Amino acid sequence: MNTITGLFYVFSAVLLFAAFRVITARSTVVAALFLVLSFFSASCIWMLLRAEFLAITLVLVYVGAVMVLFLFVVMMLDVNTDKFREGFWTHLPLAGLVGAVIALQMALVLMRGFQLEAPAATPRDLEMGNTKLLGIELYTHYLYPLQLAAVLLLVAIIAAIALTLRARKDSRRMDPGQQVRVKKADRVRLVKMDPTIETPSAPKQEGGTP
Amino acid sequence: MTLGAITLGHYLSLGAILFALSVIGIFLNRRNLIVLLMAIELMLLAVNLNFIAFSHYLPLEADRMAGQVFVFFILTVAAAEAAIGLAILVVLFRNRASINVEELNELKG
Repeated sequence: MNTITGLFYVFSAVLLFAAFRVITARSTVVAALFLVLSFFSASCIWMLLRAEFLAITLVLVYVGAVMVLFLFVVMMLDVNTDKFREGFWTHLPLAGLVGAVIALQMALVLMRGFQLEAPAATPRDLEMGNTKLLGIELYTHYLYPLQLAAVLLLVAIIAAIALTLRARKDSRRMDPGQQVRVKKADRVRLVKMDPTIETPSAPKQEGGTP
Repeated sequence: MTLGAITLGHYLSLGAILFALSVIGIFLNRRNLIVLLMAIELMLLAVNLNFIAFSHYLPLEADRMAGQVFVFFILTVAAAEAAIGLAILVVLFRNRASINVEELNELKG
């Protein structure tokens, strides 16, 4: 039993415990925090599988962005969770039975058929590292899908903003487009009028006028 | 199942148990929309774990990174899904003052 075996069992135990607490926690905030713990232990397991870049990406993207978003929404919505948990434990036997059947079936098949040992790291792996190899693969063979993924993220940003944007009715802001399109005629009005003739009420002092 | 070296089956079984746990979570928390979204995230994590395990144990060296590239794209789509899902959730809560799935039984076109 070497180090990797021990670490695998430790991280798997933490991962499964955290996942169990996610689905049974009374408070939604606690569930979200246990989901963070399960992402951390999954990232440790990915480290054991020599996928360093994806492990760090999982922590950065999921724990740093997605779970913070989840926590933000959970704390923003004032939800009474006690109402959701009526009949929670009465459904547990059926749900547990279904889950156990799924897990046992899959584990039986998988433990029989996939007794592969890990291949040793090639010299290329050791020399270049996981991140560089992933980058080479991504930018040579998967460039077009990568750009599609970028467009997908842009669409997601625009959709999320457009869904939650709430324009205020009482704000007194200016429309810059209207400001730019303004013409001279909108601002200045030239009025045709007769010239006023000054009547010399008092004679000038210096003189010199003809 | 011995405590020897970790084979591919160990990782796949871990993914299967994680997937089954999130299926149980969807059964149990079928009224709370936020916990449903979290269970879906757990399912995606199990799938990603399988992809990375397969890519690590693949004997062919040339194709080995393909699984990790796939995980990369799944992470992208999952992030987009979480953002849009939570935005819909916020709009729903604003309109109905509830995220109980059983109360969301009307359509309005």
